[in-house]
Parts: sequence; C-alpha cells; structure tokens
Amino acid sequence: MTAPALSGPGAANPYEIAHLTHVRPKHYGRWLAAAVVLVAFAAILRAFAQGQIAWPVVGQFLTAPAILSGLVNTVAMTVWAMALGIALGVLFAVMVMSPNPVLRGLAQFYIWFFRGTPLLLQLLLWFNLALVFPRIGIPGLLDWRTVDVMTPFVATLLGLGINQGAYTAEVVRGGILSVDPGQTEAAKTIGMTRLTTLRRIVLPQAMRVIIPPIGNEVISMVKLTSVASVIQYAEILRNAQTIYFANARVIELLIVAAIWYLAVVTVLSIGQFFLEKRYARGGVTRARPASNRSASA
Amino acid sequence: MTPMIVALDVSKHFGPLKALDGVSLEVARGEVVCIIGPSGSGKSTFLRCLNQLERIDGGAIWVNGELIGYRREGDRLHPLSDREIARQRLASGMVFQRFNLFGHMTVLQNIIEGPVTVLRRPRAEAIADAMALLEQVGLSDKRDSYPAELSGGQQQRIAIARALAMKPELLLFDEPTSALDPELVGDVLAVMRDLAKGGMTMIVVTHELGFAREVANRVVFMDNGRVVEQGPPGTLLSTPTHARTREFIAAVLP
Repeated sequence: MTAPALSGPGAANPYEIAHLTHVRPKHYGRWLAAAVVLVAFAAILRAFAQGQIAWPVVGQFLTAPAILSGLVNTVAMTVWAMALGIALGVLFAVMVMSPNPVLRGLAQFYIWFFRGTPLLLQLLLWFNLALVFPRIGIPGLLDWRTVDVMTPFVATLLGLGINQGAYTAEVVRGGILSVDPGQTEAAKTIGMTRLTTLRRIVLPQAMRVIIPPIGNEVISMVKLTSVASVIQYAEILRNAQTIYFANARVIELLIVAAIWYLAVVTVLSIGQFFLEKRYARGGVTRARPASNRSASA
Repeated sequence: MTPMIVALDVSKHFGPLKALDGVSLEVARGEVVCIIGPSGSGKSTFLRCLNQLERIDGGAIWVNGELIGYRREGDRLHPLSDREIARQRLASGMVFQRFNLFGHMTVLQNIIEGPVTVLRRPRAEAIADAMALLEQVGLSDKRDSYPAELSGGQQQRIAIARALAMKPELLLFDEPTSALDPELVGDVLAVMRDLAKGGMTMIVVTHELGFAREVANRVVFMDNGRVVEQGPPGTLLSTPTHARTREFIAAVLP
C-alpha cells in the first residue's frame, strides 16, 4: 500500500502523521454530569441527615420482635403466594393452549378476570367472602363458618396467589411457545406421552424464558404483600404501622420497613442471577447480556 | 414373514388440502426404501403418518402387523389413547431434517433420555449402550457437549444415535441431510449406509439420489399426494416409466 498523495500548502508527511501520539477523548460532558448528580445526591442525604428523623429509633426498632415477626410473615407470604401463583400459572397456561374449547375458555376467563380487577379489590373480596357464603365446605362432608376459614392469612394467600397465577399463566404460555415444536415431535418419537414431554422436555426449556420475568415477579410480590396490611395480615408494614400508631415515630418505622424490604429484595436479586445462569444451560445466548456501555453525556 | 409396514389407501387432509390421496406401500423387514418427489408431494407427511406425528383420516397402516392409531370396533375405527399411541411409536425411530436434539441436555443425556424415562431401564446400562452408539456414529468425545456446540452433521449423527438407543425395529428419516452444509452430508450418509448394511429397516425421504441409487433396495416416487411409481433404484432412476418421474429426475440430477 502506498500512502495517500497529499498536496497543497501545509501538506505534511503522511508517515509523520501516522506515527503521532493519539490523545484519548476527554469526555468533559461525563465529568460534568457526574458532578451535578453527586452534588444533588449529597444535598438530599444532607437534608435527611439534618431532618427530623431520630436515627437511634430506627436502629432500636430494626430488630424489634414485632418487626422481625412481620418480616417472617412477609417472606412466608411471598413464598406461599408465589408457589400458588406458579402452580396455577402452569395449570392455566396449559389449559389456555389446550385444544379443548371449554378448558381454553375457562382459562381465558380466569386470566381476564384476575388481570382485569385491582389486587386490592380482590383481597377485600376474599376477606369479605363470608358476606356471600356464610358457610363453606363440601355438602355432606365438610362444613365451616366462612369467617373462621377466611383468616387474613388465607384471604391474602388466595388474593395474591390467584392474582399472580393470572400473570404467571401468560408468562408460562410465552415460555412454552418459545420452545420449538420440533422438540415436542422428537419427544413423541421416543415414545413420550404428552405429560412426560411437558415435564421433561418443554418446561425445562421454557424456563429460560420464564425465569427472568418470574424473578421480577417474586421481587414485586415481596412488596405487594404490603397491600395485605389493609385486611389485617401481620406483615412487616402492618406491624410497623401498629408500632407508630402507639409511639408516633412514623418516619422512623417506615424507614425500618424500607430497610428490610431492600434487604430481602437484594438477596432475591442475587438468587435470581444464579437461577438464570443455571437455566441458560445449553443455550447459545447467555442469560444476561454484557452490560451496556453507558451513553456518553 | 409379516411386512414391517403395510399402508393401504392412506389419505390425509390439511383443511381443503389433500396431502395424501390414497397412498399404499409395503415395506419388508430389512428393506431400505427411499421416497423421492418434489416438495409438497406428501412424502414427508406420509413418513410422519407412519409414526403418528400426523393422524391419518382415511385408509389404514400396520406396523409390524399391528394396526396403528386406531382400534376396530364393529365397522368403525376408533382413535387410540395418547398412551397407546406413545407405546406404538416405540416400534419406530425418527430422524428429522432439523435434528431436534433436546437443547437443554448434553449429548449423553439426549441419548439416554428415552431409555431411562420411557423404557425405565437402569441408568448405568443406558449409559453403557449410549457410549457404544456414540462410538458407532464416531462422536465418543462429544458426550458432554450441548447440541448448540456441535455442527449440523454432528447433531444429526447424535440424533441417529438417540433414535437407535430406543432399539427400534424401523428407522424413519425425514430429509436427514437437507439442512446440512455440503461437506457434512458425507458423514451422516456414511452412518446411514452402515445401518443399512447392518440390516436395519429404513424409510428415507431424501433428495440425495446418489444415496438412493447406492443404498436403497427400492425407490418410491411421489407427487401430489400419490405414489406415482416405484422400483429398484437402477430402474426407476435411469429408466422411469412416467413422464412426471422423468421430469423430476432430470431436474434434480446435475
């Protein structure tokens, strides 16, 4: 290759130019943006530090028995409600994809109803079910007073779990659709029944698509359980409220609750990362894309 | 001896489309039959009917003397249950154009999945068999790879091993080399040639007329959902009777 011919006044030797030192770009904009954001953040921190918050009270209640038992109830409800939600989600996803029009119609109705009404309303409905059915059970076998059965725990579990099932059904359906139909055909040719194929071949591969949104929904569920405070379920926010009704340390106790929510969500996010890695097995793409470079300011 | 396959007047509709229009075919035990024909001729559909990936809506098919997909009650044929159909499918193994290896399983897991999950065979025994099969298709070193890490030709040889692991009496191949890069076709055909030599009954839907000429006992030409003509490869490929067959062979052969 020959160097480009340069001519005219001021023409330099191309070889000389090609060997000059390259100066890195300075990114003044980035530095400026970072400084502005840092100053604003420092101002907010300072405002809170000087505001009327009794930080020792926060520290004192962080491990109070009522708060810790609320935390346990929050985590337990998250686990049970998600378990119910995922079980219902898989069941209704399979029903929605069924060739049977009755099963399909019923599943579509379920998804339509529980996605179409507010969660808070559903919780109140379950909690007040006794107004509709004073007694429930199986005729001739079991019979209970509804108010005895529909405790805050049961009402919350049903409300959150069934509502979650409607969303999870759509996620699971998307996951199942993402699996190549050739996988099902190959499973059939080695003699698998429909149920075995679903369990051994389709669902494990659908997991790669299902896990990331379910992970997000577990994290949402942790926070969603706080809605149950309106029907007297003793989760962490409810217990924090009970305390501040007595001692008027409203902000301090809300901060206590916030700290615990953040702690639980952080642990779950780490768990989600490893779960996604596990279900990415055999995939060509990784579960998480390499972090994007931030756009220069 | 009972023929491996007897198909009588088989028809199959997809809506208004008549994919199979009265196909009859008999395949003897140990025979290698290649089915050729233009796309849309119904050859793949017919193959898929043989192991009930498609349900036929006319005619009848016997595999190894057993009527498949239906049971006779009086003068009607009633469809069999999912479980019965799954059992009948065990007689045949199938190799797909797109391999369809289970993406979330390693090569070894792919091969032992059927024997362990469906046939309930001891895991150690299934693994020993799988290793022998991997040896047979020349991929022993790939036992712990995932399908996505293999070339198309390697995936297809694993797919053949997976089908063989079920010890089928009959192997069905649906255009097994059509999705492969040309330089990988040879390895797959070599494995198939060995199987044919070993006496396996094979029905191969293919565009590889060279393979058909060399390995097949009989070549069947299909068009428009019908069997147009069939015969020994030497005869059918060199001196076909029907004009439609001549046209097709002239168009396919280089």
